[in-house]
Amino acid sequence: MKNFLISGLLLMLASASAYAGGYRVAAQGQRALAMGHAGVGVVNSAETAFFNPSGLVYLEDKFTVSAGITGVFSNVKWQNTSTGQFAETRQDPGTPFYFHAAYKVNEWISLGLSVSTPFGSSVEWERDWPGSHLVNDINLAAIFIQPLASIKLSKHFSIGGGPIFVTGNVNFNRNANRTLTDEQGNRSNITIDDTGVTNTGWSASFMFTPVEELRIGFNYRSEILLNAEGGEATFVDFPNSTLTPQSGTTEFDATLPMPAELTMGFAYEMNEKWLFAFDYQRVFWEVYNSLDIDFANPNVATSINPRNYKNVSSYRFGAQYKATDNLTLRAGYYFDDSPVQEGFFAPETPRNDGNGYTAGLSFQISEKFAVDASFLYLRFKEIDASYDSYTENGQSVPFEGTYKSNAFLPGIGVTYKL
Amino acid sequence: MKNYIKFLPFLAFGLFACEPEFEEGIEENEIYTAGEADFSNYVSLGNSLTAGYADNALYVEGQENSFPNILSGQFELVGGGEFTQPLMADNLGGLKLNGNQITNNRLVLSSNAGQPVIPPAPLAGDPQTEITNKLSGPFNNMGVPGAKSFHLLAPGYGNAAGLPAQANPYFVRFSSTDNATVLGDALAQNPSFFSLWIGNNDILGYATSGGTGVDQTGNIDPSTYAPNDITDPNVFASVYSQLVSGLTESASGGVVYNIPNITDIPFFTTVPNNALVLDAQTAGNLTGFFQALAGIFTQGLIQQGVPPQQAQAIAGQYAITFNEGPNRFIIDVPVTQTNPLGFRQMQPEELLLLTIDQGALAQGYGSVALSPEVLQVLGLLQQGGSPSPEQAQLVLNAVNGIDDKDALDTSELQNISNARTAYNSTIQGLAEANNLAFVDADGLLQQVSQGISFPGGIVTSDFVSGGGFSLDGVHLTPRGYALVANETLRAINMTYGSDLPEVNIGEYGTVTLSDNVN
Repeated sequence: MKNFLISGLLLMLASASAYAGGYRVAAQGQRALAMGHAGVGVVNSAETAFFNPSGLVYLEDKFTVSAGITGVFSNVKWQNTSTGQFAETRQDPGTPFYFHAAYKVNEWISLGLSVSTPFGSSVEWERDWPGSHLVNDINLAAIFIQPLASIKLSKHFSIGGGPIFVTGNVNFNRNANRTLTDEQGNRSNITIDDTGVTNTGWSASFMFTPVEELRIGFNYRSEILLNAEGGEATFVDFPNSTLTPQSGTTEFDATLPMPAELTMGFAYEMNEKWLFAFDYQRVFWEVYNSLDIDFANPNVATSINPRNYKNVSSYRFGAQYKATDNLTLRAGYYFDDSPVQEGFFAPETPRNDGNGYTAGLSFQISEKFAVDASFLYLRFKEIDASYDSYTENGQSVPFEGTYKSNAFLPGIGVTYKL
Repeated sequence: MKNYIKFLPFLAFGLFACEPEFEEGIEENEIYTAGEADFSNYVSLGNSLTAGYADNALYVEGQENSFPNILSGQFELVGGGEFTQPLMADNLGGLKLNGNQITNNRLVLSSNAGQPVIPPAPLAGDPQTEITNKLSGPFNNMGVPGAKSFHLLAPGYGNAAGLPAQANPYFVRFSSTDNATVLGDALAQNPSFFSLWIGNNDILGYATSGGTGVDQTGNIDPSTYAPNDITDPNVFASVYSQLVSGLTESASGGVVYNIPNITDIPFFTTVPNNALVLDAQTAGNLTGFFQALAGIFTQGLIQQGVPPQQAQAIAGQYAITFNEGPNRFIIDVPVTQTNPLGFRQMQPEELLLLTIDQGALAQGYGSVALSPEVLQVLGLLQQGGSPSPEQAQLVLNAVNGIDDKDALDTSELQNISNARTAYNSTIQGLAEANNLAFVDADGLLQQVSQGISFPGGIVTSDFVSGGGFSLDGVHLTPRGYALVANETLRAINMTYGSDLPEVNIGEYGTVTLSDNVN
């Protein structure tokens, strides 16, 4: 699995900032994204492969493909009014993408494939900024590849799911502590890097269609642990001294969990023009208790970084209006609960509760081909937060400040039907 | 429809420009205020402490962490301008004059198999700061390592031709002309705000030399002073008043600092005066030795015709007793009629310098070299025998008191204290008369010697490990300078009604580790 052909190139594309709590990225379909990223009850394109595989069997076309890419433009600012320090993250747009396909074998069975990047994070602070002992920059990316089957059990009920193959990358740099330098004053720092980390998981779903206008969906995606084993840790600018670790490389092990999520919701087609969707999602972030980095070099202590995430819910609302035969307009809103608890606000995933406002459209260029565009504006309230689990000399050294962030995610995609 | 789609990217890019904004942003100058002070052109005057000198050298990293540079970073939040410093060429810190190295490289803490090596050693390398390479100023930081108060007014202090006696190699690097004075070059910049911390070296040269210089109190001609002399307090007062009146002419305000007590500086407190730790037997031997010595000396005096009672009274002072455990060392003092042998045991308040040869202390420096020959004489005495004149001399010569250069005795401490008290009352008086912010640096270092806690640790004045003082034991670490900066910010806020935030001292480093030593 280490040599997944696509992993290298695609992962570079996939680095994205975290936009649905933690490092979950909500950008797996432009049509759904335009509707507040609600889609567990929606059947309108191959995007359904991600949001609710059991719905694929209800697609009318023999073969349909949805693919798209989103630009993530995030801004995070930090300031500490007790010291007068301030910093902001560098603009480094991430580009999550998706490719979903569905093939109708017969009236009762559809097969599908979903390739997406639901987890990722890219945060780059100014080098040696005041929180550099926690993070200078981090880049996480994971690609989910999932073959799917969708089976209609009755006119009213279908099931779907399949295994998930994940390949991921991690690159994380931070300074050794708040003050250690070499004799030139360069801050001692550590980078951990691993690529092609693989693991597997699964998803299962069903869709209940009591009446033609109403679809009720349920989708569960399992937890997947990205175990970086034997990754490379590089120690740079450490002083030449037997009192500290030495510059050079060693191996490390670390585990980054991608939590399970459960989504349920419905879509209601009021009339030919209007469709409304609602999703409730529960993400089981509790699994992310601590990021422990274990170095092979026995002289380097294991780095324990408590995270103590909590399970969270998000609520997603979307509406779709078919303006003309060729043009469909969409809008939505979602509320995103942050899994980060008080005192655990680490600047590597600086996320508090957010409000997402979405809009978009699909334009049917030909009978087979449509362009889908979406736009997400994510707004986070200004928040006074701290990370209290960093210690020096056995004492807690809180990293405090005020954070204010927002993000813009314009996305473009295509839908092709045969 | 395509027309609309065309505009989407523009809409998007318009929104990307919408950076998040704080309700009250530091970057937008919405929080802090300058009060009545104008920080647009801050100029700092002083000595090594102002320059950012540390670890027995001036080097780039130290300069970046000079307290004036830390202050200027906070001043920037309320309209402070760029703060320029005459940066050294490297982080080695040694100076060269015409290609010859004239000062040592900075000290670093080396290690051996996971243990620190004391004393600290100079960092290896060929320093690149050639003092004849003139820097083009002006510089906001006019701190000149080694400067005494009157040097700031001395023309030619920056003239290479006057080295080493009349000029200062650091000022040679950046003086505007050969004849320039430090004050003149500062005033030429029209400072809107200033800091002045001067006077430390007016006593420190004397103190770090173990009081080998002269207390010049009463001599008002500083041109006759040697480097290790104490400056006359009237000279200091006159110089200080000229400095303040010059600086207050253009400046909206300023801050001045008093002179700390040397007993709060690890250079004078690290080697205790009672580090003569003895077991019971050695203590007994030493006591016996000094009793014998007193006896011999009594006999000698009587032989010279001194009445026995008087002889006993004089010689009695040498019958020093020692106990198991720590004992104070023996120091040499001037030979006087009352102390004809010129040594005595140290007084509790007397100090040893960091630079004393601690290896020698372990070998009898500061007590007695009990050679086999000496012990033989002692044995003879114990058996009631009387030593020959040669043997008696052997005993007298065995006393190995600590030299003047390694210690500060009571009278030297008194000289230092008298001068410092006078300087400090001048400084505080002029600060009040001119409504200047006043930093009690003396009080601050006293607090450091007690320990100042912060999240993640405690700053003390313990040598090497305390975090407040650099490896030369006199100058501060970046963390120590950050403490000075914070104390300054508090004083400025109080005097000028400004609202300036303090820095986080835990983010400032202490001593540098490196095994790249000579």
